[in-house]
Amino acid sequence: MKELKIFGVVAAFTLLLYWGVEPFAHSQMHAHVEGHNFTYDGTADIAEATKAEKKDVVTAKKAFWADVAKVGKMKGDVAAGEAGFATCMGCHTGMPINMGGVIAPALDHAGAIYDKNYLIALIKDPAMASNVDHKYADTSTHPMGSIKMMMTDDQQIADVVAYMMAKKAGEVTTKEAFAEACGRCHAMRYAKTSQLGDIPKFKYEKDTLSYKVKILEEQDLVKAYMGKLPPDLSMINRARSHHFMETFVENPQSQLAGTSMPRVGLSKAGYAKVEKYMEEIGDPSKPAREELGPKVILFFIVFTFLAFLWKKAMWKGHH
Amino acid sequence: MAKFEKANSIGEWLDQRLAVETLKKVMQTEYWIPKDINFLWAMGMVLAATFGILTISGIFLLMYYKPDTALAFDSVNYTIMTEVGYGWLWRHVHGIGASLVFLIIYIHMLTGIYYGSYKKGRELIWLSGMGLFVAFSAEAFSGYMLPWGQMSYWAGMVITNLFSGGSLEAYGLVEWIRGDYVPGDAFLTRFFMLHVFLLPLVIIGLIVLHFGTLRIPHVNNQEGEEFDYGEHAELYKAGKVKESKVIPFSPVFLSKDVFVMGVYFILFFYLVFYHFNFAMDPVNFDPADGLKTPAHIYPEWYFLWSYEILRPFSKDLGLVAFAIAQVIFFALPFLDRSPNVAPASRRGLFKYWFWLMVVDLIVLTFMGKLPPEGIWNVIGLVAALAFFALWIALPIITKLEKKL
Repeated sequence: MKELKIFGVVAAFTLLLYWGVEPFAHSQMHAHVEGHNFTYDGTADIAEATKAEKKDVVTAKKAFWADVAKVGKMKGDVAAGEAGFATCMGCHTGMPINMGGVIAPALDHAGAIYDKNYLIALIKDPAMASNVDHKYADTSTHPMGSIKMMMTDDQQIADVVAYMMAKKAGEVTTKEAFAEACGRCHAMRYAKTSQLGDIPKFKYEKDTLSYKVKILEEQDLVKAYMGKLPPDLSMINRARSHHFMETFVENPQSQLAGTSMPRVGLSKAGYAKVEKYMEEIGDPSKPAREELGPKVILFFIVFTFLAFLWKKAMWKGHH
Repeated sequence: MAKFEKANSIGEWLDQRLAVETLKKVMQTEYWIPKDINFLWAMGMVLAATFGILTISGIFLLMYYKPDTALAFDSVNYTIMTEVGYGWLWRHVHGIGASLVFLIIYIHMLTGIYYGSYKKGRELIWLSGMGLFVAFSAEAFSGYMLPWGQMSYWAGMVITNLFSGGSLEAYGLVEWIRGDYVPGDAFLTRFFMLHVFLLPLVIIGLIVLHFGTLRIPHVNNQEGEEFDYGEHAELYKAGKVKESKVIPFSPVFLSKDVFVMGVYFILFFYLVFYHFNFAMDPVNFDPADGLKTPAHIYPEWYFLWSYEILRPFSKDLGLVAFAIAQVIFFALPFLDRSPNVAPASRRGLFKYWFWLMVVDLIVLTFMGKLPPEGIWNVIGLVAALAFFALWIALPIITKLEKKL
C-alpha cells in the first residue's frame, strides 16, 4: 500500500537522523574508556605512566603494586588486626573534623564497600593507591601519608585489612555508602547534606546561618586542598552517563587526566550502593515513571484503535 | 439591533447571538478538504495538538519555575522533579514535545516541498509557515535558557555573540540583547518573558494566519490536481461521496487526523517515559558556570544543520552563510520557476533536487554535532557548499522543467 510505503520512508529517515545525532555523535565525542570491574591491581596506573613516558614512575608503580599483590596473598589475622585498626581510629573518628584539607572518612562499612586490594594499597601508600601521586613530590605529604611511617609491617597491614573485611562489613544503606565514600568532599544539596553531613534544622535563623558559615569554612578548606570545590552530586546521575560514572569512579584519571580527585577504591557491590543513592536523589521519579508509563501507553493504544474504527466508519463509501 | 425571537434550546439561543450553525458549517462540516491525501496531511493537526500539549505542560511548569539565576536550576531539577506531584511528567512532556514539534515541523515542511504546496496562490501558506518555523525556533531557544544549566548558559553565550556581526564587533548590540556583559540575571528574565509571553503570542497569531492562508487556495492534494471545489462540494452534499473529490474537514478529515494523532501519541509517550535523554541533554544537568566551558557545545538536534553552515567557514563568511541559511527557505516559492504543481517524483530534475536537499540537511545535521576535527570538517564544508549550490541550481533546473 502506497501510504505504508510513505510511512516507511519517513520512519527510515527519522531513525537515521536519530542514530546520527545520538549514538553515533556520542560515540565520537567521548573517548572510550575500558572499565576493569572494580578490581585494583595497578594495571591502569602503570599503563597511564607508560603512555606518559615517565620511566621512574612506571618503575615505582610496578614495584608498589607488586608489593600490594604480595600482601594480598598473605593471610590476615582478624583478632590481631583489631589492635592495628585502633591506629586508624585516631583520625577516622566519624566526626566531621578537617585534617590537612579533608575530613577523614568514617570506616564503619569499609569492608562492605571498598575493595580488599585497594585497602592494602591505601595503607601502604595513600597517594599511590588513589592514583594522585602526581600531586605530591613526596607521597608521605598526603594527608594520610603518615600511615606509611605508622604501619610498616606487611603482616600488620594484612591483619588490619582482614579485620575491616570481617568486622566492618555489616549491612550498609545506600546513603551510608555515599556518605562514607563521597560525602566528605561532595555535597548533595537535594538530599540536604553537605561536606559536614546531614544539614540539621534549627529553630532560629541565627543558628541556621552560623551552621552555614561552618559549611562554607569546611568547603574553603576542601577547595584549598583540591584546587576547586568538588561539585555537588545531586544531579550527577543525569549529567553523566552510567559508563562514564563507573569508569570515572574506578579511576578518575582515566576520564579526567590530572584531576585531583582520588580513586576511592569502591568494590563492585560498594559502587552499586553509591550509584543507587545517586539515582534516588538525581532521578527520584523513576519508580513513579515506571509505574505510570505502561498505563499511559496502553491508553493511547486503545485510543488509536478506537480512532481507527471511527476513521473506517467515516470514510465508508468514499473510495 | 437585530430582532430576537424566544429560543427553544441553548443551541438556538447561541445561534441567534453567535451564528454558531454558520460557524460550524464554515469551519467544519462545509470546510472542504481534498480526498486524495495521505497521512502526511495530518501533520498540521499533529502540530496543533503538540503546541496544545506544550502550552498545557508549560502552564503547569510555570507555576513552579523561578526565573532567577540563583533559583532557576533548582526550581526545575529539584522543586519540579522532586517536590511537585507529577512535576516530572510535565517536564518530560514539555521536553519531548519541544523536540518532537521540530521533527513534525520538518516533516510538514518537506511534505510541502515534495508536493509543491507552496506554489501559485499558495505562497502565503508557505511564508506564514516559515514564519511559524522561525517563531518556534526562537521559542525553543528561549526555553532552552530557562533551566540555567551549562548548555543553557553556553548556548546563550554563543548565539547572542552572533549578533556582534563578526568583524563589525557590534558588542554594544550584544550587551543590549543580554542586558549585561555576559548571560546573567537580566538575560534569564528577558528570555523567560519571551518564552512564556511574547513568543507564544506571536505563534498563536501566526497559527491563525497560517490557517487563514489555507482558505482561499485550498489544501493541495497528492497529485497537485486542480478542480472546482464548489462543484465537488455540491456532489458531496448531494450524497455522491464516491464521485466527489472533496471531504468535509469534520468529521471525515478529522477522523483520519485523530487516528494519526493516536499513533503519534504512542511514540510521544514512549519517549516521555522510556527514552527522554535525547531531548534533555546531559550537559544541561550541570548548573551554569561561566568559568567552565563544556568540552563540546552544540545546539539541540533541530538547529544542527544551520549550525554546521556557520561552522566550517571563516568568521565573517560563516555569519553571512548562516544568515542566508536562516531565511533562504522563505524564498522557495519565488526561486522555483516551474509552473507545475505536482509531486517531486513527476517533476524531472526537481526530484533529484528534493532528495539531495534531504540528504544534505541530514549530513549537515550529523556534522553539526560531531567535534570539528579532521574528516568531519571536510564533510561539513562540502555539505555546506552543497546546500548553497542546490539553492543556486533551483531556479535553473525548475526553469528547464517541462510543463506537465
